[in-house]
Amino acid sequence: MSTLTLAVTDSATMLRRNLRHLIRYPAMAVSVLGMPIILLLLFVYVFGGTLGAGLHGTRGYVNYLAPGIIVIAVSSVCVPTAVAVNVDMTEGIINRFRTMAIARVSVLTGHVVGSVIQALLSTALVIGVAVLAGFRPTAGPQEWVAAFAVLAMIAFAMTWVSVALGLVARTPANASNLPLPLWFLPFLGSAFVPADSMSAGLRWFAEYQPFTPMIETLRGLLLGTGIGDQALIAAAWCAGLALAGYLGAKVVYNRGGR
Amino acid sequence: MQQTTAAIAATGLRKSFGDTVVLDGIDLNVPAGTIFSLLGPNGAGKTTTVKILSTLIAADAGDAAVAGHDLRREPDLVRAALGVTGQFSAIDGLLTGRENLILMADLNHLGRAEGRRRADDLLGQFDLADAGAKVAATYSGGMQRRLDLAMTLVGHPRIIFLDEPTAGLDPRSRRGLWQIIRDLVARGVTIFLTTQYLDEADELADRIAVLDHGRLVAEGTADELKRLVPGGRIRLQFTDAEGLGRAARALSVVPAGDDALTLHVPSDGSVASLRAVLARLDAGSAGVAGLSVDTPDLDDVFLALTDTAKEPSV
Repeated sequence: MSTLTLAVTDSATMLRRNLRHLIRYPAMAVSVLGMPIILLLLFVYVFGGTLGAGLHGTRGYVNYLAPGIIVIAVSSVCVPTAVAVNVDMTEGIINRFRTMAIARVSVLTGHVVGSVIQALLSTALVIGVAVLAGFRPTAGPQEWVAAFAVLAMIAFAMTWVSVALGLVARTPANASNLPLPLWFLPFLGSAFVPADSMSAGLRWFAEYQPFTPMIETLRGLLLGTGIGDQALIAAAWCAGLALAGYLGAKVVYNRGGR
Repeated sequence: MQQTTAAIAATGLRKSFGDTVVLDGIDLNVPAGTIFSLLGPNGAGKTTTVKILSTLIAADAGDAAVAGHDLRREPDLVRAALGVTGQFSAIDGLLTGRENLILMADLNHLGRAEGRRRADDLLGQFDLADAGAKVAATYSGGMQRRLDLAMTLVGHPRIIFLDEPTAGLDPRSRRGLWQIIRDLVARGVTIFLTTQYLDEADELADRIAVLDHGRLVAEGTADELKRLVPGGRIRLQFTDAEGLGRAARALSVVPAGDDALTLHVPSDGSVASLRAVLARLDAGSAGVAGLSVDTPDLDDVFLALTDTAKEPSV
């Protein structure tokens, strides 16, 4: 079997294992899913009246908010991914995998692909709830496909970073804390209010942090607002984050058994 | 060269963690189809040896070949030939027993039908058929160990490392596992076993090496090791002090001085030495009420050879 076929076959096996975990113990996945939905409802129905009053050019605050919440739904998968990877590494079974003639990276790629699938399912559900709350995207079929491609790209980048964080963390509790900044970053971006409504220093940060171009790209695809070079910047961020996560994960993983 | 028959051959293995020297140059040669036992107290370096030989960690120095393949140059060929059951259970507690075995079958690329057949065979063989559909986290300690070993066997490894496989098992489960190990060796599998249980090494191993503070302090068969240490003696029991005194003079040994009326005569446990002692007793016309021969067991070997005074280090 060639190296590539081996890697694909073994990754598929590991993916099946992770999906089985997910189906059998959905508590973590459900709680992760709950958070963006709660945020959505909180911001639409509690803060939305006031926040929406300051926004022009959108039909209601929910339309402004939904793309940001959808991206948060993707980045929410970071925590369970990091925890799952860490639990794997701290349990005996990883040493078994390491002593088998398998594609070594498959342990990690299984987690990445599983988390991307989980992230896309979460976003689909969050979109559904957003629509119920009044979200009215203007996207046609092409834009929807593009939107999901963007979301998959973000999920791919986020999960590689999470895998690296899960490997670095010493305990599962530690692993659940490390990705929190990733989860919190959208708040300091254009998820809830436009960056240009922020104070100067924060605005600078909001404009240059990775989530703002991701959210703006998604907002553009779903609502027809201008995308400009945001898509390119988002893609560059995703590629950079994914590569950094992948390389970091590989170094820590290959550092070997504990 | 013994290269063709050696399942495991290592020379000068060294490993340190920080300032702590865990392995201080050990040589190993395990012929194929035999059981080799590495015996040692906690912290002697047993698990580190297994980790190095099973490609989990790299040695700082030394060469080792497992199944004829160099550990450094061809780790994947080594991995394809070996199976490891470590000290800590290496099962997926969230999957059922059967799913665990199928996971191994898939990773060994057995193919769907063959993998399922192998999983069911092993469930039966390891007395887990009824528990196959239950999540492994709910298994008892003995069942988890059996599942662990069954998972190791899915890919038909030729060399199996068992790191303290019976630690924490009840006597019945231990004996069950011993039988499984004997059956494997009967089929030509090589077993590298680490244990703290001397009876386990005595019972199973063809050859035993005693590891202490990162060095091999002795190697041989159980009998050879037992001969290495003093401790064999003939115990003579007398009915009165007069008989004791006569015998003590005849054998030129000093009585223990207590009122137990026994005399301990050093002996290597052989028939010849026993006969010599009896002849001298007859010559001294000393009547003996009772006699027993104590040979050293592996406990004596272990305690004599391993330095327990030092702090155990990991």
